[in-house]
Amino acid sequence: MSKIVELITADCGKIVPDSIDEYVKALGFEGLKKAITMNPIDIISEIKNSKIRGRGGAAYPCGSKWEHLYHIEHGPKYIVCNGDEGEPGTFKDKLLLGKNPLKVIEGMAIAGYVFGSNDGYIYIRGEYGNIQKIFQKAIDNAVTNGYLGENILGTTYSFNIHITTGAGAYVCGENSALLNSIEGKPGRPRIKPPHLAEVGLFGKPTLVNNVETFSYIPYIVKNGAESFTQYGTEDSKGTKLVCLSGNVVNRGVYEVSFGITLKELIFDIGGGIPKGKNFKMGQIGGPSGLCFSEEQLDTKLCYSDLRSKGLGIGSGAIIVIDDSNCIIDYLKCITEFFIHESCGKCTPCREGNRQLLILLNRFGNGAASKEDLETMKQLSSTMTFGSFCGLGQTAAKAFLSCYKNFKNEFENHIGKKCSAAICKFKEGEI
Amino acid sequence: MKIINLTINNQKISVPENTTILEAAKKIGVVVPTLCFHPDQSIKANCRVCLVEVKGSKTLSTACSTPVFEGMEVHTNSELARNARKTVLELILANHPQDCLICIRNNNCELQSLANTFGIRNNSFSSVVERKAIDLKNPSLVRDMSKCIKCGRCVEVCSEIQGINAITSGSRSKEFEITTAFNKPINETKCVLCGQCSLVCPVGAIYEKEDITRVQAALDNPDIHVVVQTAPAVRVSIGEEFGLAPGAVSTGKLVAALHRLGFNKVFDTDFSADLTIMEEGNELLERLQQGGTLPMITSCSPGWINYIEQFYPELIPHLSTCKSPQQMFGALAKTYYAEKTGISPDKIFVVSIMPCIAKKFESARPEMNSSGFRDVDAVLTTRELGRMITNAFIDFNVLIDEEFDAPLGISTGAGVIFGASGGVMEAALRTVYEIVTKEELDKLDFEEVRGFKGIKEAEVNIGGTILKVAIANSLKNARIILEKIKTGECDYKFIEVMCCPGGCIGGGGQPFGTKNITREARIKSIYEIDKSMPLRKSHKNPTILKLYDEFLGKPLSHKSHQLLHTHYGKESK
Repeated sequence: MSKIVELITADCGKIVPDSIDEYVKALGFEGLKKAITMNPIDIISEIKNSKIRGRGGAAYPCGSKWEHLYHIEHGPKYIVCNGDEGEPGTFKDKLLLGKNPLKVIEGMAIAGYVFGSNDGYIYIRGEYGNIQKIFQKAIDNAVTNGYLGENILGTTYSFNIHITTGAGAYVCGENSALLNSIEGKPGRPRIKPPHLAEVGLFGKPTLVNNVETFSYIPYIVKNGAESFTQYGTEDSKGTKLVCLSGNVVNRGVYEVSFGITLKELIFDIGGGIPKGKNFKMGQIGGPSGLCFSEEQLDTKLCYSDLRSKGLGIGSGAIIVIDDSNCIIDYLKCITEFFIHESCGKCTPCREGNRQLLILLNRFGNGAASKEDLETMKQLSSTMTFGSFCGLGQTAAKAFLSCYKNFKNEFENHIGKKCSAAICKFKEGEI
Repeated sequence: MKIINLTINNQKISVPENTTILEAAKKIGVVVPTLCFHPDQSIKANCRVCLVEVKGSKTLSTACSTPVFEGMEVHTNSELARNARKTVLELILANHPQDCLICIRNNNCELQSLANTFGIRNNSFSSVVERKAIDLKNPSLVRDMSKCIKCGRCVEVCSEIQGINAITSGSRSKEFEITTAFNKPINETKCVLCGQCSLVCPVGAIYEKEDITRVQAALDNPDIHVVVQTAPAVRVSIGEEFGLAPGAVSTGKLVAALHRLGFNKVFDTDFSADLTIMEEGNELLERLQQGGTLPMITSCSPGWINYIEQFYPELIPHLSTCKSPQQMFGALAKTYYAEKTGISPDKIFVVSIMPCIAKKFESARPEMNSSGFRDVDAVLTTRELGRMITNAFIDFNVLIDEEFDAPLGISTGAGVIFGASGGVMEAALRTVYEIVTKEELDKLDFEEVRGFKGIKEAEVNIGGTILKVAIANSLKNARIILEKIKTGECDYKFIEVMCCPGGCIGGGGQPFGTKNITREARIKSIYEIDKSMPLRKSHKNPTILKLYDEFLGKPLSHKSHQLLHTHYGKESK
């Protein structure tokens, strides 16, 4: 298992999550201790030099985001941690929040120090009720021990973290919808510009980063950018948490160095496909991500290699699908998810997903025509290029990538053939 | 101001920074279709009908919301953009009932017009229309949410202009809808029935409850004497129903059309507006002299009455007890006019043509029957009148001007300015000044109370006493003043509140698609009419003087109180 490199997950499961003593013994809070002796701009330089990108899915360079916010002069500024991990097949934040919450707290506190912020909000998804309790205990203990709250570590810097939550809407994972939800408004995305760095939470400049991103901050500050950049590839530095799920033997969260291939992830770490079945495809980034075929298994887990194959890392979820599955059936399942989760505000997502399902159902029951395939392609393009936010823009990507890789399966369904024998065609009907 | 250089469809253009693609394109004659966009509202970018391609952007951009940047290269008609826009429109149409031929917005619908300009001939998508129950549970407003395209304009006007929040967006995905709290019918919400939502709705989802059939039945009955009154604001908007320019003054054609429709007498609400000034002006003087509740607030806007009754019942004593001109007219038609003509009031049917849908509710208030008969029997909006004229195959534009009938059609310029925000105030000041000082006003135009501003203030020297007055234009502004009254910070003596932006010329019963630019044109026309009138002061209206002489006695007389005043406070909605 040498392909696993545990920069931020080494302590998960080994220490009591909310214990300050155990966290400190594991060299926790060293990043914060160092940060408060540093000039904020030097911390930002370190983050920039680490070349870490946001781990929520959009992969925006973290240092640039911090630098932009730093140069905004008005305040107060808010620090927001996006812990609304709603992407199916993604459970890495769950691990970090539940098993090492103090690292997230430390990362947020460092950010707070950099931006002179006194308040941070962490939005933990409604389904993680127990984790919210653990996290709150961790906050309370950090306050009691002077790592959070008033006059942190005897300085004049004060920073408090507030936990907020929603009722389980996937779209609240979109940063602007998340801020609306914190403000008590319906969780629907905001129009941009203005960008959240300028007009964010409560209309104030705001930093929004993912749980995993914040977890890396203490490491980078404590050990320096170079320690981080020794892992990974030329354009993708450090490690990444990957969630293996689906038809794979060893499901779970693994911290790996960028550069590992999809094959190594699925077959070495993941242990391959169970029950003697064969690999059919994988979906990287969860339902909003793209599907890849066997031919793409040699692709390296890094931003440039994935992009060159038309893929993206997204949240880091890899859903493995074996050959007993039908593409149409799988896409129906994905589309039902998006129908459930669309906020309904914009036309392509609200109306597009339901129409996509109608079309998929035609393929599934033997009523599809070649024209339907054209309609689906045009619809998917409109959703991808024309939706208001990332949810709608990614909802049809599974279809587009499956169509690219498994075109014949769509055509077979027009001829009422389902190789996995899942779709039930009605006799005599077209 | 920084200038940005860009190209749109390969044409170079320079525009100030913060200009949107939509605005920039318009300047060079490039049309980008829109649907949720409304010039008086915030940018929503949710319909996605205005998608265009910006070179270098990984997605298409909405022209309405995207600001230009230096070196930007926009292609509004690339294959990608064109196909995406068409697909978006087809998606909307797949969830819209295709009953255009029998829809109230047939030929006057933004969606229909887009489908036409896009050249939609078939739709690849399956119809997903779900028919929802039409809300008909109030006398004014109909909501047919099956037709809603979820643009959000109605929600914004309700919340941002009126501050009511009776409607909001609810649920998500395919269940996403414009709804009320707990999805209750509108009469169980705090809706004041202003109808501003109907003006901004691009489709046939929100409109007035039509009463044309009942009016037509009265007209068809030879035993019924049908009289009609037309509100001040209708004469500057009815022409728009027949393709005339916004604000076109069509008084003579309006009267002629009403005669053609068969109304026995065509009268003018301007007359009862003059009467309102006599009563309300004297009421103000009485309150000033006898220590009555001040500030006194006008009571002629029924949406406003619904508002104060529901939101600020404790301030109702501030309201003038005057009925609105519409109701005063009705009460007189069934008494004074009935006596003069010898027609039994039970044979008189009073119709009002109003720029307003709340007037329908007002006329149906149980207490509005002081003569023993309903003051007003039916209220039609400007739009309904337009439809009636069309349905009767009357060619409005070639009608020769006709005059209002006597006696209840004689009015002054003070009556007509009731149609614009600040008009009631100005009319009152003209009369109050002259009653108090017994001198003639040098200048009749009180410019400071006119115009579109949210809150207008003025100080008028009336015989050495300074009278501080204010005008609230729309309900959100009314709330600001009411809060000041509550906290005792208000030193106004007299306040005019008009529920709708711009006053009645911007009312919820005016032609669909009324915008601020239309409102401004109508306001201009209202003051032009005033200026052209031989008489411009209510207390100089000879018919009003005769009315007092023959029938009412004097302002605030017992008879006036019985017929022309009322008590608000019952939340009768």
